[in-house]
Amino acid sequence: MASQQQAAGRAPDTTEAASAPVLEADGLVKRFGDREALRGVSFGAQRGEVVAITGPNGAGKTTLLSILAGIERADAGAVSRSPREVGWVPQDPALYRKLTVAENLALFARLERLDDPHAAVERMLDQTGLRDRGDDQVGELSGGNRQRVNIAIGLLAAPEALLLDEPSAALDPRQRERLWEFILALSAAGTTVVFSTHNVQEAERYAGRLVVLADGERLFWGSSAELESVVADAGDTGDGVPGSRDFEAAFVTFLHQRGH
Amino acid sequence: MRWLLLKDLQILRRSPLLVGLLAAYPILIAVLIGFALSRGPDKPAVAFLNQVDQAGAEISVGGETIDTSTYADRLFESVDPVRVSSRKEAIEKVRDGEVLGAIVIPSDIGQKLQSGIEPGEIEVFFNAEDPVKARYVQDTIRSQVAQANAALTQRFTKIAVGYLDLIVAGGRFDFLGRTFDVLGLERSEEILRRAKQDLPRGSPARDELDRVIRFSQLARDNLDLSDDVLKSVGTPIRVKSQVIEGGSTPLSSFAIAIAVTISLMFVTLLLASGSLALEREENAFLRLVRGLVSRTGLLLEKAGLAALCSVVVCLVMLTGLGLFVGLEWSRFPLWVAALVAGALAFAAMGVAIGALAREVRAASLLAFMISLPIAFLALVPSGAVAPLLFDVIRAVSALFPFKPALDALNAALNDSGGIVVPLLHLAALFVAFGAAARLALRRFA
Repeated sequence: MASQQQAAGRAPDTTEAASAPVLEADGLVKRFGDREALRGVSFGAQRGEVVAITGPNGAGKTTLLSILAGIERADAGAVSRSPREVGWVPQDPALYRKLTVAENLALFARLERLDDPHAAVERMLDQTGLRDRGDDQVGELSGGNRQRVNIAIGLLAAPEALLLDEPSAALDPRQRERLWEFILALSAAGTTVVFSTHNVQEAERYAGRLVVLADGERLFWGSSAELESVVADAGDTGDGVPGSRDFEAAFVTFLHQRGH
Repeated sequence: MRWLLLKDLQILRRSPLLVGLLAAYPILIAVLIGFALSRGPDKPAVAFLNQVDQAGAEISVGGETIDTSTYADRLFESVDPVRVSSRKEAIEKVRDGEVLGAIVIPSDIGQKLQSGIEPGEIEVFFNAEDPVKARYVQDTIRSQVAQANAALTQRFTKIAVGYLDLIVAGGRFDFLGRTFDVLGLERSEEILRRAKQDLPRGSPARDELDRVIRFSQLARDNLDLSDDVLKSVGTPIRVKSQVIEGGSTPLSSFAIAIAVTISLMFVTLLLASGSLALEREENAFLRLVRGLVSRTGLLLEKAGLAALCSVVVCLVMLTGLGLFVGLEWSRFPLWVAALVAGALAFAAMGVAIGALAREVRAASLLAFMISLPIAFLALVPSGAVAPLLFDVIRAVSALFPFKPALDALNAALNDSGGIVVPLLHLAALFVAFGAAARLALRRFA
């Protein structure tokens, strides 16, 4: 597990300077009428770290990400960064299908009021590996490439933290693999990545640490190994199968242990 | 916002079907309306049987000859006559639908007119399968017959007045090839006065003559007045037109104002609502309003885009219509003012629809479904419905931009009434619909 984590998302740095979170949520509360969607959720992500926000459907993953992105306002609590300081990548590509890849990038670079929009477009075409598709209309791209452009737009302003909402939900396994290579490369270059997913295996495989939510409550904050330890310490090694190392089973057991 | 506008124009450029429709629509409307206005209605085909021979077409009244065929010719100016040889053939043509109606002028019409006892009568047949066409032919023929009646009455009256003049003043009168000298009341009175002077004073005949002279004087005076009375009978009703409210807009110019307003409404509403809903369909809305563009800025951009495109489209349309109908180009700045104000009000309504519907198809459908009734309501004339209902219609029309846009454009094109009030009305609607759109945008994502 540890080696897998090394290959994937970076583990948090332990030095004092590096341990200052790039992005921090503190006691976030969100209510929709009588329903409490988030109940005092807190976590912090460090430079270059990959953090997964996971949990069952309706747990509050998208709400938490929306508050971090500045789309929703929290009823209580605080986020350390303003929306303009973090990149946000919605689940469905937010792109104009009639415009080319380069035109989409240029448009958002100008709307971001970047000093040199042209240079930003060139940088993103290189970074996404879509230089040869730069003049193609986005509507003609595959789902995976569209998602790359989607992420590239989130990265145009070179934010220190990038928020991804279910980034691989609509992709096939091959596209998913390529997308994660791209995201991990960003992480390796120092960008903090926070992504929401209901795919537990994806969270285990690519994230250094996980925020597990259920009914708006943070049930767990730590690495996947730590979560497995918690389950094992409780005397149940996962899905009622003693000795099982399957993380998904451990995750389900963890939720069961906490009444979910 | 500038970049968003350029982006939308770029997307429009890459949507050839949409742009093609936007370009073709005003051209089509302009050509259709232009043709309709420049050609006027077609003459209806009407079977015509004249059983009166040329000699019988001339009637003699009081020694004057009137050619009744002149009046038949006037009727032909309004219809396309199809000559038939019998009454039966005329009826068959109507039944078969070859003609919309048939007119049969019987051979005795001249005699009846000449007799002065019985009115002349013509027969008219209609095919009532299509009530609209039947009504059209009926109205055309009735109108022409009424004109012929009026013209004949005037002729008869003129002859009658001539008789009266003859009775009053005396003179020569030709009848059946012979010339008569009519003494007349004036000369009779003179003769009587002279005869009276020749009679001895105290003669009882002088009193008798005085009575006859007074009668003659009285008759002359009153018959003089009868001239005017008879002339009035010849034209019993005269039309004196006076416009109480509204301008004196020609029908063709008003039709242009309606056509342009309808185009302005459709193009603006569809573009504004569709382009806003597209931002959500492309999932770009949240990305944009996350600090890149304000929600109000986004609405203004969409409204501006729709208004810009529709104003261009409508100016093209007016130019096209100008080929068929004379337009006052000196009023061009007012056209632009009316179009811009109307377009902005419609655009605000369009973005409100787009924000409410949230999907391009739903927005387009909603825009279409709202446009037609408001255009219809705005065109209901006063008097067509009960006064209370008309007040309700007027109030409802005032809530939407069609009526004030039509009023503004009509004023700009035709100088019919002031333009300021409709422009202010449109400005108020722009603000109101803009506020509604901004409110609806809260739950847009």
